[in-house]
Amino acid sequence: MASQPIKPSLAGNASQSQRTSQPGLRYPSNGKTIYHRPLNRSRTQELSQASFAYLFGEMVSYAQKRVTGIQDLEKRLNVQGHPIGLKLLDLLLYREPPRTQNRPLNIIALLQFITTILWRHLFSRPADALEKSSNPDTPDEYMISDNDPLVNQYISVPKEMNQLNCAAFVAGIVEGVCDGAGFPARVTAHSVGKGEEGELWPGKTVFLVKFQQEVVEREAYLPKN
Amino acid sequence: MVNFNEERVVYALIIINKAGGLIYQRDFAEGLNKLNINDYLVLAGTFHGVHAITTRLHPLHPPPPPSSERPDPPSGIEVLETENFRLQCFSTLTGTKFLLFTEPQQPNVDKVMGKIYELYGDYVMKNPFYQLEMPVRCEGWERRLVGYLRVLNSR
Repeated sequence: MASQPIKPSLAGNASQSQRTSQPGLRYPSNGKTIYHRPLNRSRTQELSQASFAYLFGEMVSYAQKRVTGIQDLEKRLNVQGHPIGLKLLDLLLYREPPRTQNRPLNIIALLQFITTILWRHLFSRPADALEKSSNPDTPDEYMISDNDPLVNQYISVPKEMNQLNCAAFVAGIVEGVCDGAGFPARVTAHSVGKGEEGELWPGKTVFLVKFQQEVVEREAYLPKN
Repeated sequence: MVNFNEERVVYALIIINKAGGLIYQRDFAEGLNKLNINDYLVLAGTFHGVHAITTRLHPLHPPPPPSSERPDPPSGIEVLETENFRLQCFSTLTGTKFLLFTEPQQPNVDKVMGKIYELYGDYVMKNPFYQLEMPVRCEGWERRLVGYLRVLNSR
């Protein structure tokens, strides 16, 4: 009993002294970082919305520096979200029960994964709607609606930038999930909370998912079930 | 002056930044006399000055504080009452002042002020497009503030 804890603590000390030689990074005193924790440990944990709002506000301000226009700004927010989507795809599939751990194999399964499992993980509720474009010219477009995106909760976009929707960050996450699953797509966020509907949901946002052409072609070859 | 005695109403809100500049002004009741925008700026600046003077007016020397803790800063004007209205001033730790004009019998002004401060903290300070010390022009703040006070005034 007494001899047991000595070994790990020595090992911990050794690695600690190595680490402290690197400036800037701080490690917990027991040497265990977030990467040592089991992946399912934080499954049901939630974050403070206030601290997220401050962090996201700073991310928007950071993205706003040295941009040439609103599209550029949205692109930067999109790029910030993209790697999160790639990683979340793996993490969320890992956390599924073993029987349903399969990667989504067709567009509908992928979009349902996004609107339910991904949305629940990020925002604690499913997305409000999932639609396919009714326009026959654009069979590659799908729309995910969120009536009140969590990331936009405290954000008021000034009038001169009314084209901007900061949920471009979430669009980047969705794009990362699509790309990671092998369904390359472009995802953009659009504010639609205007007119009659705007009274009820002024922040309503539609995420337009536009799959690349080869994805739609491949889908046509797959057997329908 | 319109007679509001039969109702309990929040009349108006003014926010003054720490330099004495007016950053927000809005009325919540019908039939109030309006000032022009310059007069509101003068009002804000004057109140800021008077408030600064009142923080220094103190007839007694305060007892020396216990060395471990810092004493609360003097608060200055907190309430100003007339027969027609009551002015409640809330000064934040950073020096921003919220002035709430209410009907003299309005109950729970502290709670109303707390809620307004909370809305300000959420919808103004967490908005990445708001520049500190500049006039508040945030749609989300406006919508929630008006919604909250409309419900309060119609009770």
